[in-house]
Amino acid sequence: MAKIFIPTMLQKLTYGVKQVELEARNVRQVIEQLDGLYPGMKDRLVEDGEILPNLAVAIDGDVATMGLLQKVGENSEVHFVPAIGGG
Amino acid sequence: MPGVTQVQTTLNGEVINFLCEPRQSLLEVLRDVLGMTGTKEGCNDGNCGACTIILDGRIVDSCLVLGVEAEGRDITTIEGMASPEGLHPLQQSFLENAALQCGICTPGFLLASKSLLDQEPEADEGRIRHWLAGNLCRCTGYDKIVRAVLQVSKAK
Amino acid sequence: MTSNQVLSEVEYDVVGKRPVRPDGVDKVTGRAQYGDDTNLTGTLRAKVLRSPHAHARIKFIDTSKAEALPGVRAVITAKDLPFASLSKKELGGEYTSLKFASDHMMASDKALFKGHPVAAIAAVNAHVAESAMALIEVDYEVLKPVVDVREAMQDGAPLLHEDLRTNDMGETGEKPSNVATHMSYSIGDLDKGFAEADLVLEKEYTTSTVHQGYIEPHNTTAFWNSDGQLNLWTSTQGSFQVRGTVASILRLPVSQVKVTPMEIGGGFGGKITAYLDAICAVLSKKTGAPVKALMTRTEVFEASGPAPASWMRVKIGVKNNGKMTAVETEMAMDAGAYPGSPVMQAIVCAFACYDVENGKVDGYDVVDNKPKTAAYRAPGAPQAAFAVESLIDEICAELNMDPIEFRLLNAAKEGTRRIEGLVARRIGLVECLEVARDHDHYKSKIDGPNGRGVACGYWPNRGFQSSVVMTVNYDGVVSLLMGSVDIGGTRASIAQQTAETLGIGYEDVKPTVVDTDSIGYTFITGGSRTCFATGLAAINAAEDVKSQMISRAAKIWDTNEDDIEYVAGVVQHKSDEELKLTFKDLARQLATTGGSVSGRASVDPSGEGNGYAVHIADVTVDPDTGKTDVTRFTAVQDAGKAIHPSYVEGQMQGGAVQGIGWALNEEYFFDDSGKMMNPTFLDYRMPISLDLPMIDTVIVEVANPGHPYGVRGVGEVAIVPPMAAVGNAVSAATGNRMRSLPITPGKILEADWENGKS
Repeated sequence: MAKIFIPTMLQKLTYGVKQVELEARNVRQVIEQLDGLYPGMKDRLVEDGEILPNLAVAIDGDVATMGLLQKVGENSEVHFVPAIGGG
Repeated sequence: MPGVTQVQTTLNGEVINFLCEPRQSLLEVLRDVLGMTGTKEGCNDGNCGACTIILDGRIVDSCLVLGVEAEGRDITTIEGMASPEGLHPLQQSFLENAALQCGICTPGFLLASKSLLDQEPEADEGRIRHWLAGNLCRCTGYDKIVRAVLQVSKAK
Repeated sequence: MTSNQVLSEVEYDVVGKRPVRPDGVDKVTGRAQYGDDTNLTGTLRAKVLRSPHAHARIKFIDTSKAEALPGVRAVITAKDLPFASLSKKELGGEYTSLKFASDHMMASDKALFKGHPVAAIAAVNAHVAESAMALIEVDYEVLKPVVDVREAMQDGAPLLHEDLRTNDMGETGEKPSNVATHMSYSIGDLDKGFAEADLVLEKEYTTSTVHQGYIEPHNTTAFWNSDGQLNLWTSTQGSFQVRGTVASILRLPVSQVKVTPMEIGGGFGGKITAYLDAICAVLSKKTGAPVKALMTRTEVFEASGPAPASWMRVKIGVKNNGKMTAVETEMAMDAGAYPGSPVMQAIVCAFACYDVENGKVDGYDVVDNKPKTAAYRAPGAPQAAFAVESLIDEICAELNMDPIEFRLLNAAKEGTRRIEGLVARRIGLVECLEVARDHDHYKSKIDGPNGRGVACGYWPNRGFQSSVVMTVNYDGVVSLLMGSVDIGGTRASIAQQTAETLGIGYEDVKPTVVDTDSIGYTFITGGSRTCFATGLAAINAAEDVKSQMISRAAKIWDTNEDDIEYVAGVVQHKSDEELKLTFKDLARQLATTGGSVSGRASVDPSGEGNGYAVHIADVTVDPDTGKTDVTRFTAVQDAGKAIHPSYVEGQMQGGAVQGIGWALNEEYFFDDSGKMMNPTFLDYRMPISLDLPMIDTVIVEVANPGHPYGVRGVGEVAIVPPMAAVGNAVSAATGNRMRSLPITPGKILEADWENGKS
């Protein structure tokens, strides 16, 4: 099961739950399932079919370059973190 | 439109003539009239040294000199620093010491350094830092520039 | 001990050496072509008319007198940009982002900072264009500006955007606000952590708006061909970024825009945004001629993108033995006229040097009437480190603990979970701290009016897309094409990685930076990514070349490819020792075995290695004038692997010195009307050679497992620790804790007076 870390600000939607374990093969499925469990979650993470512009999703510490299509491993950790660019 | 003036000057050892408006700076003349783009514009108000040239043996910011003031003078720009035989020792030293990153300030630093060592071949670190205080570099923190000049200086 | 040390554990043939850069001779002889050196036949000059007000409604613009001036060829306003003719309905979800981008380039309804473009002129020369500026009449309704981040957050502050509401991670605020975004991350149990602490300190910090200070002003030349192709020659860290921005603002397919990146005279994050390109493009379309623009230095200060001012509150709890139990911060940064400050990067970097179980960070991105901020070297992290590392210094003083021992006790290491949730991989903070502790600078005595400070810093470093193509010439020299602009040794470091991978000489690789039509998408030179990601692309492309060279050898020897190996620049048969060709010898036979060989790779890598640095600063503070002089400075940094150590040292020294300027001198002064009072290099005082000592360096090499040679990134983390290191040193020297940047002589004397010193 992949371990999904719920961002602090979205824990209102999960009634304080900080982590959720899910069977999901990619980020899209993670978000669909989260939204099933905690309605409203998708709207807070996705806009126009993409992860919100100031957010990034990280799988096992790697920032996903393929957004919603990024594969999620069987025991992956999934985090939603601020997008970081650079100068 | 203001009229133009004919100016005769010596540029990198050659006598040349050019036409310019009285309001044009020597920097503008070098870059836009003569196509000598090695002299760089960083601030156009005499505070960065990117447009440093040697005028009658002294370093000046060419943005603070009018083109018409070049009449009868002797100008060295970065294009006149190397010879057909090769690079000036300072140019070589800047390369070997990685004394440039982006390179935009480099022509000004090279001419300022040349002017220093022409007058004071044994300049030490303190003297070099003092002399180069009119040239801004934002990439290097000056360390490698000072080292490059020190390497050519006879001060040991 | 030498001034510049490299602590290498692995040696290579080309990687790790210090060859002369391929573009070096052009740059020391004045031949290198920078953006403003572009001069196409018939080029017109553009000047931008800018708002004299920091906040004003634009009621009416009359350009007719300017247009009538002899020598003027075109005048444009925001009405000439596509946004003016597109409805909200047509644009849908794109409306706000296009409005912000288009209005930033040229204001349509409101001027939001002094210097905001409102019109532009193309004329036969810059003098005529300048004269014409005075002939444009603009009727402004002047509004009250706000130029302080905390004031901008207050209820009742002048609103910049009537429809901007705070985005709380996807949830939109009820009423309009200057707070564009709020984000929060936490870990563990904050209350429990602070309850366990023996000592809890909480302080507030502020920093001022500062500029990257690149010496080359922004410039661009645009020419819109009659066939509809738009060509741009410009100074940018990212040619593909410029292409994307211009295509988006002008509503063009990206392939209709070709961007040729010229040599770039410094960027530090400030040359990612395209300020002049679309303006010159529209002027070029109107006139049918090439149009060039060059900002004045004042325009650079007032209308490009400085780094944000900040307000930060930091709270840290520790046990008496120095172990940190809880950390908390709230940080607000001003984005300037449009949202997008790097405050979210600041909050995730703030405590990344430490292994703490309990923590919470909150960030607020705030708009105010200043130029829209841009990235500046490790955007957000330097401000955050100033606050956190200063508070840690106070804690060390209270606990009477050595500041490096304190940091070693709490240092993040492999496996540390950071506040945003990610787990650190192999990182080199502990190694850097140990090197600093054992350095003769740190062991040397210091006393009198002098003080010493240390601080550490973190920057994650990034990957992102890069493309490389390389071709083997028949003489064995490899031509290497890349999309990454060379801002300070990129050609050299990519050529070195290529040569090392191919087992050939550095001088046998000829790198060229090419335009957007000639290579695959390549992200900016920035984010400390280029040596890592473009390096990986080059390594992969070189591997592609190697496998093709093997197949050519197989043809020549009429044998199976599997029987051939490529070892150190030699293609050889695995069992028949007679069959062996050097790279050069094989290159000579390419023409007769199928033609040229090209290798290519496009990558979008993860596996970037986080960067850590530790800086030690010694200062002398003049008790009479309050002037601070940095007398000795040592920068220690984990480079993973220094491909070209001289350029790594250059990044460390340059970053440290920009940080020293940020610490002691640099700031934008705004008057009540929101006007910057010091927009020249005379009054915006950057460090000069006379201000500084040599900057000593130690390159630590803890290899990044995500790169074949171990490369992390080096450009950015070097600017993270210096402000706190210098501030801590000033505190040690004077006994006054400085919590506001820059630490000017005035602030030092005022602190003295408050503490009852003369």
